[in-house]
Amino acid sequence: MKILVCISKTPDTTAKIAFTDNNTKFAQDNVQWIINPYDEWYALVRAIELKEKDPSTVLHLINVGGADAEPVIRKALALGGDEAIRVNTTSTDSFYIASQIAEVARQGNYDLIFTGKETIDFNGSSIGGMVAELLDMPYVSLAIKFELNGTTATITREIEGGEEICEVNLPVVVSCQKGMAEQRIPNMKGIMGARTKPLKVLEPVAADTLTTVSSFGLPPAKAGVKLIPAENAADLVRLLHEEAKII
Amino acid sequence: MVLVFIDQADGHVKKASYEVLSYGAKVAEQLGTTAEGVVLGAVPADQLAALGKYGVKKIHHVANDALNHFDAQVFTKVIAQVAQAAGSKVIIFSNNVDGKAIAPRLAARLRAGLVPGAVALPETANGFMVKKNVFSGKAFATYTINSDIKIISLNPNSYQVTEGSGTAEVAPFNATVDAPKVKIKAVNKASGEVPLSEAEVVVSGGRGLKGPDNWALIENLAHALGAATACSRPVADEHWRPHHEHVGQTGLTIAPNLYIAVGISGAIQHLAGVNRSKVIVVINKDPEAPFFKAADYGIVGDAFEVIPKITEAVKKLKGMA
Repeated sequence: MKILVCISKTPDTTAKIAFTDNNTKFAQDNVQWIINPYDEWYALVRAIELKEKDPSTVLHLINVGGADAEPVIRKALALGGDEAIRVNTTSTDSFYIASQIAEVARQGNYDLIFTGKETIDFNGSSIGGMVAELLDMPYVSLAIKFELNGTTATITREIEGGEEICEVNLPVVVSCQKGMAEQRIPNMKGIMGARTKPLKVLEPVAADTLTTVSSFGLPPAKAGVKLIPAENAADLVRLLHEEAKII
Repeated sequence: MVLVFIDQADGHVKKASYEVLSYGAKVAEQLGTTAEGVVLGAVPADQLAALGKYGVKKIHHVANDALNHFDAQVFTKVIAQVAQAAGSKVIIFSNNVDGKAIAPRLAARLRAGLVPGAVALPETANGFMVKKNVFSGKAFATYTINSDIKIISLNPNSYQVTEGSGTAEVAPFNATVDAPKVKIKAVNKASGEVPLSEAEVVVSGGRGLKGPDNWALIENLAHALGAATACSRPVADEHWRPHHEHVGQTGLTIAPNLYIAVGISGAIQHLAGVNRSKVIVVINKDPEAPFFKAADYGIVGDAFEVIPKITEAVKKLKGMA
């Protein structure tokens, strides 16, 4: 069994969002970088659990990013995994990134590819589907539970207003979200061990860049809250009806 | 030509589809072309023809039984066949559960640039630019699509549905349909409830409600408003409510017209999931709760006293009491 988990570097969830260079670049000063929470808490931890259950499992991590992603990759390795691969590019185009992951996946013959359901910076939810298409593999998105029995996976995924339980034979690409696993904190043994785990750096293969970010912006500030005294709570309904015209 | 994917479940066109049809018709008008729709699976023909009132001239219908259940890999290949046969240059999806699974696959298959989670019409005067939310709703970005074929998936509740008149021509399409590799074993759907991602009004509860036994308070108000119910992360973590109700950075991101937060302090991670709501109402005992800063209307008070009053007033307004 070979598992590949896609790891992205994102700003911390509480990072201040601002832009520089005439609103074309994210302001990185004083930003704390973390493993994208969906990749870490759900995709990676579930993969680690599968390896704990079957120690013969080979677990690789992949990041498509610059050298500045390496501290985050080491943090991921401190949680678990045998080795990591970094494809050296700073592209933000999802097709270009997915093409790099698909190439590594093709070479490595993985049975299972996990991604987070989206990254918390670009919120694309695209990489898993693109990788699956490039590899002609089935794709189960927004998974909240994953069980493996031999080479058959039973996956519970989110649908509108509920859940769906499905079965698929490996290989498969799965995008993971809350429910898959519980967040873990790396222990000292993991952190020490991560230092010596292999981190291979590959140069990107040729691929199209289909989109570019032209500019960023911040939403307009709210006008401020209108407070209604608790004893006149019913007044809220009147305001929502007459003023906001929303009910 | 602009092709719109019309998402359906159990033979019923989903609400999100009316929105993307209206959006697609407007994009087509902007580009000086026509909009057409594509439907996979069994849907009554009269329901399909009626979609003409949202501005599409023609519906390509692939009524193969293998398409009654969703499989992203199978659906992608079928939509690609329709798009190629019809010569579609712009393809539009809803950024809902199914759209998130198919749009990226189709983008990779057709080498088409994708903007997932668009929130406005594209700017087509100079290139092809689409605005989307980034940083979990804390900012937006304008993307330029460089490829010949372009795919947009529109965030739910981002575009006003426009209803006109007219019927669409329903054209059966014969596609090669693969056997799905993903087999559906069971579907657990809460019946009669409004799906959270499609809801126009959402009533959400937090730790301030003190326990799962008090949720009738939230449910009664939601019922009176015809709203969906949601919750904050601690509530889902404590299993007071099912995890699919959790909205926030690591849960569901929603953008209803009205979001009512009861007993939720408004941590930045929670705001990331709801800050695109048009109107936010915050009800909290603590006047210092950070959520009030992001709210349009607020009540500082005890939910157990305030909510029943609001529920009564809604019922009165709607003629339910």
